[in-house]
Amino acid sequence: MRYALFPGCVSRGACPELYSSTLEVCRRLGIELDLMAMQSASCTGSGVLQERNERLGDTLNARNFALAEKAGLPIMTICSTCQGVMSQANVRLQDDEYRASINRDLEEEGLSYNGSADPKHMLWIIVEEVGIEKLKSLVTQPLPNMRFAPFYGCYLIRPSSALGIGEHPERETSLEQVIEAVGAEVVEYGGTTACCGFPILTINESNSLKMVATHTMDAKGRGADAMVTPCPLCHLNLDGFQPQAASANSTTGAIDMPILHLPQMIGLALGIDPKAMRLNRHIVSTKNFLTELAVTP
Amino acid sequence: MQVKFKIRRFDPDTDRPASHFEDYELEMAEASTVLDGLIQIREDVDGTLALRCSCRSAICGSCAMRINGKGRLACNTKVIDAMPKDGGPIVVEPAGNMKVIKDLVTDFAPFWDKVRTVQPWLQNSGPEPEAEYVAPNEDMLHLAGVMSCIMCGACVSDCTVLEVDSSFLGPAALAKAYRFVGDPRDDADNDRLSALNEASGIWDCTRCMQCVEACPKGVDPMGRIMSLRDKAMQAGFTNTNGARHATFFTNSVGHKGWIDEFQLPIRSKGVTNVKEMLKLIPVGIRAAKAGKVPNPIHKAIPGVDNVRRIHDKVEKNR
Repeated sequence: MRYALFPGCVSRGACPELYSSTLEVCRRLGIELDLMAMQSASCTGSGVLQERNERLGDTLNARNFALAEKAGLPIMTICSTCQGVMSQANVRLQDDEYRASINRDLEEEGLSYNGSADPKHMLWIIVEEVGIEKLKSLVTQPLPNMRFAPFYGCYLIRPSSALGIGEHPERETSLEQVIEAVGAEVVEYGGTTACCGFPILTINESNSLKMVATHTMDAKGRGADAMVTPCPLCHLNLDGFQPQAASANSTTGAIDMPILHLPQMIGLALGIDPKAMRLNRHIVSTKNFLTELAVTP
Repeated sequence: MQVKFKIRRFDPDTDRPASHFEDYELEMAEASTVLDGLIQIREDVDGTLALRCSCRSAICGSCAMRINGKGRLACNTKVIDAMPKDGGPIVVEPAGNMKVIKDLVTDFAPFWDKVRTVQPWLQNSGPEPEAEYVAPNEDMLHLAGVMSCIMCGACVSDCTVLEVDSSFLGPAALAKAYRFVGDPRDDADNDRLSALNEASGIWDCTRCMQCVEACPKGVDPMGRIMSLRDKAMQAGFTNTNGARHATFFTNSVGHKGWIDEFQLPIRSKGVTNVKEMLKLIPVGIRAAKAGKVPNPIHKAIPGVDNVRRIHDKVEKNR
């Protein structure tokens, strides 16, 4: 189980805690990561670059896929948006004629994409390759009193046709399966497959913050101790802008809903030090949450 | 085959005006649709169940509703596909983001108002041709995808933005706008794009793809909205946060290989926008305290020359 890690932009920028917790959790789960293979890979375009120039997005993604092919490794992503954008580009790049025309722009670098990439999010790898039973067997600190609200991020759920959900129906419930595997309870609420509002944060802040308030309040109302997401962009909005969302939507006081990255939640159950996973470096404090877990930040 | 339904009922004129669920169980043939079930309930079990339907063939667009929480046409959803694996009922609710009139019947007046807002008719200038207006075949084939919209409202039902802001034009009206902006016979592109560039228009979409997933006809409303953004920027409508966001993002990735997270919010809002710049300060302070401020010095990725070369070439041919 060896993968080329595609870290995406955010785990190397505003969410360094995602990067460190990913490495530690993968080590313990036996997912071997090549950190160098995708070192010169570019951003996927995140859907934003595609607004202007879809072909540029497809060319950059084809280049990234070609780098992985050259290294002879499958790609692991740790961001719902990276995964979704790659999957969508890969659907278009399966057209031989189109791929050949894109490859002409990769020639100069000595690269060519032959269509074989099958990028997978860490969440899918855990469910499909590591296996839920193996994960359960590695849990040293089960979290039986914890209630987690899953928050997938749009791009890991839609469009289902590009994400292999037909062949892998388990992907639709993968996050719930992992929450249960670490011994916690899944909170059912309206936000599971909803949008966090991040893409319009700088465009229509009011609507974006309403989405943050709606989902974090919903999770809180259903008794969640924390929300868990495989998408660092969702994390940025739900965690980073929760204080503004609370004041803009005149909620009674702070919402105080901790937002965990997927590997942070798994890491807690594997007994990894919360500080090593930078759980003390969130915008919404995880202190009360960790006290409840009986570990100090 | 036994099929269980759980239907959200609402009748403002009864003594039970709050919406509530009612359960039904029917004997049905395996090939039946959810609409067959609803009609069977209305005819054999409870004649007061209100719903809209007509063609039963996914053409008229009358029977959009939420089936198991998702916008769907009842007539092209088979019960066998909708039955949950755990043996639970098929949950049927009225379309979302619309006022419920009774049971599964919703008020479409705001829907049509928004479609009218985009002026969904051909506007051309110049002298009338002697015969018909001629359009290239490939353009019309491209538009056929969006012309297959049956105005059922499934996309509007599931739109994430409409959930928080009813003023948003929404996926159906914006897809309809694209149908005319993309029509080579239409000469009103500039006026249309100028209007769509305003608040509640193309830039308010959050790209969640709910509409793409809900559409029963493959119209891809979100894809059309993204094409409208591109057309608006190409037509020179670049003075919006959205256009600045997309442009800076592309430049940042094209020249450094990855996003300049530090600059992105600043450049999207516009450096000269003092009020917005001041609002970023507390956000920055909070992030700094948590050690989450991206490096202001945005270093390029290794081998960035290859990304730049691709960017320059593909952007030139955009």
